Amino acid sequence: MDILQLLVSGIANGCIYGLLALGFVLIYKASEAVNFAQGDMMMLGAFLGVTFINTSYADLPFLVGITLAALILGLFGYLLDRFVLRAIFGQPQFAMVILTIALGFLIRFVAGVIWGHDPTSLETPFIGLVWTVGELMIPVVDAVIIITTVALTAILYFFFARTRLGVAMQASSQNQMAAYYMGIPVKRINAIVWALSGVVAAIAGVMFAAKGAVEPSVGLLFGIKAFAAAVIGGLGSLPGALLGGLLVGIVEPFAGRYLPSGVGQIAPYVLMLLVLILRPGGLFAQISQKKV
Amino acid sequence: MSLLQVKDLSISFGGVKAVDGVSFTVEPGEVFTLVGPNGAGKSTIFNLISRLYEPSAGQIVFDGQDITSLPAHKVAGLGIARTFQNIELFDHSSVLQNLLIGRHCRRNTRWFEELLFLPKVRRSERQHRLLVEEVIDFLDLAAYRDKLIAGLPYGVRKVVEIARALSSEPKLILLDEPASGLSVEETQNMAWWIEDMQKDLGLTVLMVEHDMSLVSRVSNRVLAVSEGRPLAMGTAAEVQADPKVIEAYLGTEATS
Amino acid sequence: MSNRFKSRYDDDINLFEGRWHLAQYAILMALLLAAPWLLGTYYLGELTAVLVWSLAGLGLMLISGHTGQVSLGHAAFMAIGAFTNLALMLRGWHFIPALLASAVTSGIIGAIISRPILRMSGIYLAIATLALSIIIEDVAIIAEPITGGVAGVFAPPIALFGMEIDRYATPHAFYYLCLAVLVMVTLGYLNLLRSASGRSFLAVRDSEVSARALGVNVARAKTLSFSLSCAITGLAGALYAHLAQAVNYESFLVLISITLLLQVVIGGLGSVHGAFFGAIVVVLLPQLIAIARDFLDNAAGIKIAAYPGMDTALFALLILLMVIYEPRGLYGVWFKVRTWLQLFPLYRKGMFRRTRTYLKTERQR
Repeated sequence: MDILQLLVSGIANGCIYGLLALGFVLIYKASEAVNFAQGDMMMLGAFLGVTFINTSYADLPFLVGITLAALILGLFGYLLDRFVLRAIFGQPQFAMVILTIALGFLIRFVAGVIWGHDPTSLETPFIGLVWTVGELMIPVVDAVIIITTVALTAILYFFFARTRLGVAMQASSQNQMAAYYMGIPVKRINAIVWALSGVVAAIAGVMFAAKGAVEPSVGLLFGIKAFAAAVIGGLGSLPGALLGGLLVGIVEPFAGRYLPSGVGQIAPYVLMLLVLILRPGGLFAQISQKKV
Repeated sequence: MSLLQVKDLSISFGGVKAVDGVSFTVEPGEVFTLVGPNGAGKSTIFNLISRLYEPSAGQIVFDGQDITSLPAHKVAGLGIARTFQNIELFDHSSVLQNLLIGRHCRRNTRWFEELLFLPKVRRSERQHRLLVEEVIDFLDLAAYRDKLIAGLPYGVRKVVEIARALSSEPKLILLDEPASGLSVEETQNMAWWIEDMQKDLGLTVLMVEHDMSLVSRVSNRVLAVSEGRPLAMGTAAEVQADPKVIEAYLGTEATS
Repeated sequence: MSNRFKSRYDDDINLFEGRWHLAQYAILMALLLAAPWLLGTYYLGELTAVLVWSLAGLGLMLISGHTGQVSLGHAAFMAIGAFTNLALMLRGWHFIPALLASAVTSGIIGAIISRPILRMSGIYLAIATLALSIIIEDVAIIAEPITGGVAGVFAPPIALFGMEIDRYATPHAFYYLCLAVLVMVTLGYLNLLRSASGRSFLAVRDSEVSARALGVNVARAKTLSFSLSCAITGLAGALYAHLAQAVNYESFLVLISITLLLQVVIGGLGSVHGAFFGAIVVVLLPQLIAIARDFLDNAAGIKIAAYPGMDTALFALLILLMVIYEPRGLYGVWFKVRTWLQLFPLYRKGMFRRTRTYLKTERQR
């Protein structure tokens, strides 16, 4: 039973990792860039959620708060691409890495100035509610997280596989120049993807704050772990990201419980290193040899 | 004895046989050209010879030595140099540095000697430079010596790539479409240089080329390949007249 | 003054292009040697920090700037160097062998992990090294006999040439020690860059496939570059331990790894100068902010609240602007200024116009 309990909590945590990993994969799929500020955008989303929903702030209904947070972060993502990332359009992947790392630093600083450095939790309508199935206790918040994540992954998966826009996004990631010539509006697509990843980050953030507490520096390590999840999944695959997230989420509590203290928290990274070493392109590898 | 022997060479990518049982020999001092439609597997043959790809079957013998399972970085040292279809120069370095990297397979200093820059290293650097300067003279690149590759015109880059290959003092040089993207005048120069390489430097040249005027002018023998299989071998004129070659280029309708 | 004609091959082989170039560096060296008399104790300490971070930057520059393999985990090797040095000194080793042991240990550990790690490229390598840095953080807590656990280790004073060198008691001596190590490493670095190994690193950075075709053993070149890079960073870690006087796992957080990469980027990837420029910015930026704040307060009466992390944020903003407007970093700026001066009044505006590149997929290598 103990194991099942750990599993439930691990799956819920893993879903948040998975959501964030989705954000990474979205951007990677569309522009083959990695957004190292994804964790910090999630943190921003969490604080926005807190601001709209908590009674000490705006005290709006839960769903309205989430929607507002998602919209604002979506707009933030769009503007980010439009005014900052567009400036380095076409430069190598590495420039984007550095730029987003710097962005993360800035977002963290601004969040600290606005919301301070004390950990804050989100007041959800289902706070403290627990479903009991036999001896197993499932906090409602965990169930909500799991359902939201699965639904969101399904929607995004469908979007990329079936819609014209989704396919165009994939094309533009593989060769911007060629996509451009084919009449795909590469720049607009990038902006849409960033907006979309902002929305996903906001939802992940709200879930995060509902389950735990948010403060400005949570984004960094959480983001790295989510990135590890995306890499385990292979960076190019949405279901892979979710799977990677779940794997990281599940490994973490079990390693914490059964491995000596200190070793537990590095388990996700060790897992990722192993995956990378054994399959340098992730579990769903997409790297092929360059043609000469 | 032949300089290069390729026997029953095959490779497949994901079920597609890109090269399927190709055999040929290149004699010392000749210019041997591979022709064929796009996707015929010509560049793949080059990549197999320079050991960038692993053949699924067959054998490659160079200068009496079986190189079929040699690591790619050892090929240059034996005397095989190559150029690439889409130029692969070191863009952020100068022409001179690119050519000096070409000398890498002839290096005779170890890293810890270089760390201290022992007199031996200086002597070796001078020696490398001397030989590189000969190549610069040969290909008339003196004006570009200290220029960065990134700022050079396309035609010059093609020549620099050949210069880099020559810097390694090869016995056999593989030229992957040396004239692609060049103007008529530049192609003319390229023909002279290939002739000079053959006559003055005594090099053996294995070449992939589409420009038939260049092929006819410089090649001693031509091998036509299509869909990974050899079609015809002979002089440029013979190969061009071969019905199977014409069919491969123009499609099956042409013969029916 | 730049219109010198080269008449011998040695003109390209020598470290200095002629007398004027040599003189510039001689003056710089003289200034550095005179620094203890020119600066107060506090600023001498800051300058020592610049030297130490320059050394760490040089280490990262070798693998990331000159070999093209991005590492987001170099604080791990600073940690290995620092803890090795202190652990050995506390067990009675003399400073010099302990310092060399720092470099060798970091280098060997770097060599061991480089084979699996450097098979990755681009983003995968970045994240793998990042993970490495996080893992080392934890190892620094677990390996208590060596690292002192959570509490960390204090640096014992250095006994050298009959002197006792201590960062606070004898700041001059410690400064000269750091300067000597940095100068030696820089010379070795430059020597490597002007010979075959250095060229093979550049070749691997710009085109692995053609490097291989030219006879470069790509895996070996990467391993060599990575382990030398780790060794240099390990040296920097050892000196840093003595500069900080005490180190624990918090001295080498993953954030330090990230900052170190940002440091070499802001300095200018792929240039030795860049490592130094970057270190100057990283160390002196907080000073500048403090000075600016005091100045505004005293002169104009404007009070700026001291938000925590303001220097990091400003640093990040600087990086942001740099990536957008001057991807070659401070070295690029310096290069332009130098060219402007040399060509005055012939400098044209479009001289350094960048050619547009378009992102191609990195799924093909």
